[in-house]
Amino acid sequence: MSPVPSQRSIGDVLLKLDGISLAFGGVKALDDVSFEVRSHEIRAIIGPNGAGKSSLLNVINGVYHPSQGAVTYKGTTYRQMRPHEAARRGIARTFQNIALFKGMTVLDNIMTGRTLKMHAGFLFQCLYFGKARSEELAHRRKVEHIIDFLQIEHIRKTPVGRLAYGLQKRVELARALAAEPELLLLDEPMAGMNLEEKEDMCRFILDVNDEFGTTIVLIEHDMGVVMDLSDRVVVLDYGRKIGDGSPDEVRRNQAVIDAYLGVRH
Amino acid sequence: MLYREAGQFKTTYGADQAVFPIRQDQLFIALWLAVGLVLVPLVSSEYLLRAILIPFLILALAALGLNLLVGYCGQLSLGTGGFMAVGAYAAYNLCVRIPALNPLVAFLLAGGVSTLVGIAFGIPSLRIKGYYLAVATLAAQFFLDWVFSRVAWFSNNTPSGSITAPPVTLFELTFDTPVKKYLLCLSILVLFAAVAKNLVRGRIGRAWMATRDMDVAAEIIGIRPMYAKLSAFAVSSFFIGVAGGLWAFVHLGSWEPLAFDVNRSFSILFMVIIGGLGSILGSFLGAAFITVLPLVLNQLPQWLGISISTAMISHLEAMIFGCLIVFFLIVEPLGLARLWRIGKEKLRLWPFPY
Amino acid sequence: MGFFLEVVLGGLMAGVLYSLVALGFVLIFKASGVFNFAQGAMVLFAALTLVRLMEILKQTFSPFLIALLLTIAVMIALAWVIERLVLRPLVNQPGISLFMATLGISYILDGFGQAVWGSDVYALDVGVPKRPIVLFESMVPGGVLVPSEDLAAALIAGLLMLGLGVFFQRTRIGRALRAVADDHQAAQSVGIPLNYIWVIVWSVAGLVALVAGIVWGSKLGVQFSLGLVALKALPVLILGGFESIVGAVVGGLIIGVGEKVSEVYLGPAVGGGIENWFAYVLALLFLLVRPEGLFGERHIDRV
Repeated sequence: MSPVPSQRSIGDVLLKLDGISLAFGGVKALDDVSFEVRSHEIRAIIGPNGAGKSSLLNVINGVYHPSQGAVTYKGTTYRQMRPHEAARRGIARTFQNIALFKGMTVLDNIMTGRTLKMHAGFLFQCLYFGKARSEELAHRRKVEHIIDFLQIEHIRKTPVGRLAYGLQKRVELARALAAEPELLLLDEPMAGMNLEEKEDMCRFILDVNDEFGTTIVLIEHDMGVVMDLSDRVVVLDYGRKIGDGSPDEVRRNQAVIDAYLGVRH
Repeated sequence: MLYREAGQFKTTYGADQAVFPIRQDQLFIALWLAVGLVLVPLVSSEYLLRAILIPFLILALAALGLNLLVGYCGQLSLGTGGFMAVGAYAAYNLCVRIPALNPLVAFLLAGGVSTLVGIAFGIPSLRIKGYYLAVATLAAQFFLDWVFSRVAWFSNNTPSGSITAPPVTLFELTFDTPVKKYLLCLSILVLFAAVAKNLVRGRIGRAWMATRDMDVAAEIIGIRPMYAKLSAFAVSSFFIGVAGGLWAFVHLGSWEPLAFDVNRSFSILFMVIIGGLGSILGSFLGAAFITVLPLVLNQLPQWLGISISTAMISHLEAMIFGCLIVFFLIVEPLGLARLWRIGKEKLRLWPFPY
Repeated sequence: MGFFLEVVLGGLMAGVLYSLVALGFVLIFKASGVFNFAQGAMVLFAALTLVRLMEILKQTFSPFLIALLLTIAVMIALAWVIERLVLRPLVNQPGISLFMATLGISYILDGFGQAVWGSDVYALDVGVPKRPIVLFESMVPGGVLVPSEDLAAALIAGLLMLGLGVFFQRTRIGRALRAVADDHQAAQSVGIPLNYIWVIVWSVAGLVALVAGIVWGSKLGVQFSLGLVALKALPVLILGGFESIVGAVVGGLIIGVGEKVSEVYLGPAVGGGIENWFAYVLALLFLLVRPEGLFGERHIDRV
């Protein structure tokens, strides 16, 4: 991972959503949503609860398949993508309700993030010999960088189930980073945190974007965080896009204000 | 105080990831191996070897295989007996129809056959989980039961249905005495346990555990559920198949399909549960426990001076098994292995109270 | 034609027996999300208790009635004990743990029942007339012989199905039971008394087990193999859906008929014994094609 110069130079379009609609039975989760995300930027998705934000991330990631519309990522358009293909193409994510592997330690959890980069054959695995061993150690080194970066050295051997909520969220971020993604999807990374933890998390996200040049799409409810962190914002309400632009533009958008205040429309 | 890591600094990641990083553990294991390889064969009676140690070693291998599938990968399987039968009958047929084939090689090939069958019956796991998968594996069990009793070809057309295995040899050595059988089984178990440990601490083991803990998240990281689950079925069935071959050739000598029925499946599942899901040590502890328990129960009335009929003893045995299962699930779901680990934790402080 | 009808009818009757056992499973699963592996053991235990009590009470004026009442009391007590000692400590544990706990319970019940009551085969006579009834005389020469106890069993199963269906859909307790099956914690936080509910459910399941035991026992005699029926009920549940009362009945009938027909018509070609695994292989096929069964509900995992 070569560091990108500190002034984040926003690049070309990395991800483009065209007319995405998603329905579960009779419920329309997303209705004709279109926007794009540029390389190296931080894009926030905001909106009242139930607006379809998590569903949007799930579509980008391949967990849900849209009933209409297409997703274009790095130039390739696709309608149906399996989650592990998304991972292979360089998309990583975290979840609203932490999706860590509760039965494993922090170190093991983060190591699973390196899965796609491990290629040693089965026989070598059985004997823990040659390529398997050297790979394991090389990846351990990389994972330790991330552990240092996120300051979780003291808990690396702790089973994840025993950690406090804030630390679990950090471990989940570490796991996502372990895959060295180009696009990082964060689903409410600061939910349930106090002020200190939020500041730490903000700092980490900015560092990730600065140092590794990772493009970040995040869902967030805290307006302060959104205004500070993001380059551009998308606003959803009832599955539809009602705002798209810089944080200031969006803040002054009447439709957005109405949505949040619950004005009937 | 004796059992502490203090003063043992790891300077490389390699040292940190060793199987037994703490020096006391390394000594302990070396001691156990010495006892197992040297002391036990010297002092054990034939009865001890035949009735306790050899079955324990073979069933520990089967329990290890099942633990990889159920404990590490989270796929419930009730067909263990059936896969042991596949291993046994495959080994038998290979030996009988290819007389030049060495039985040890036959075991490995039989393990391979068991692997293929295991993968076939593991395919439903891609679509179903939990209880549903249990039913699918039960289907495998009953179907395999039927195949081996009805299709005479597998028993080499023996009219009685009971078949006898040829003796196990390696070059000039025939494993006919209990001591030799014991050493054979011990070596095989140690070898397989090492393989299991290596798998479990590497990429594949992590993929299994991730699939067990949250398969949706695992897929999103890039772990393909198909490979993870089927590889677990494959490796598990290999272990269980080889165990089946050993059970038939080395322990039983002669057998019929009933030796591998659904009760055998349950017994091995109990070993895994009581010993500890997701723990290699647990497989051994569970196997030891379940092998020794019936014998203890059988002898107990004599020691206490009460006389109970054998029928009653088997009823009591069933009740005690049931109670133990429930007890372990409530009190220590992670089984004996966890109790062992707690014990080690306490040992770090001993002789100080805190 | 007549023979085929007889085989089918025989299969239907066997199917009714399976359905009765499956009903007990469905009850508990529907109400607590637990797959009760011990249901078969409960059938055996109930039947054993009834039979032996009847023998002890031989001299009284109505051994069956008194024994029946006592057995009902025993099954309710059993439900209470199970709830107190097994279910309560394991509340909120994953389903697999509870399943394995019921595996343990089945071993305990088997051992205990036989330790107390003995393991011989006992004949059960509940006073149903043994004379077979002849049906379909108009369609088939000579008619088709149907044992009247089988008809009685079919009638009982039908009534049970209706009763339980109404209970779950229409009553307040039924709704509470469905809530509990969905989410223990949530149900508790709404104020549903989990412990009380579970005792009720397991008691009712125990009574269903008793009915099944009576029906099976009078047909086959009360013996240890009754407990193995539990294993047969699993495919019934797969076919019908784990949560469906109607499914349990329909699934049972399909398996009953399927087994008999395949045994009679395909059996000779493969050396017999198809009955042992037909149900399972059918269930396996269903699992691959339609895992939730004919009447079950699809589960959607939210991420």
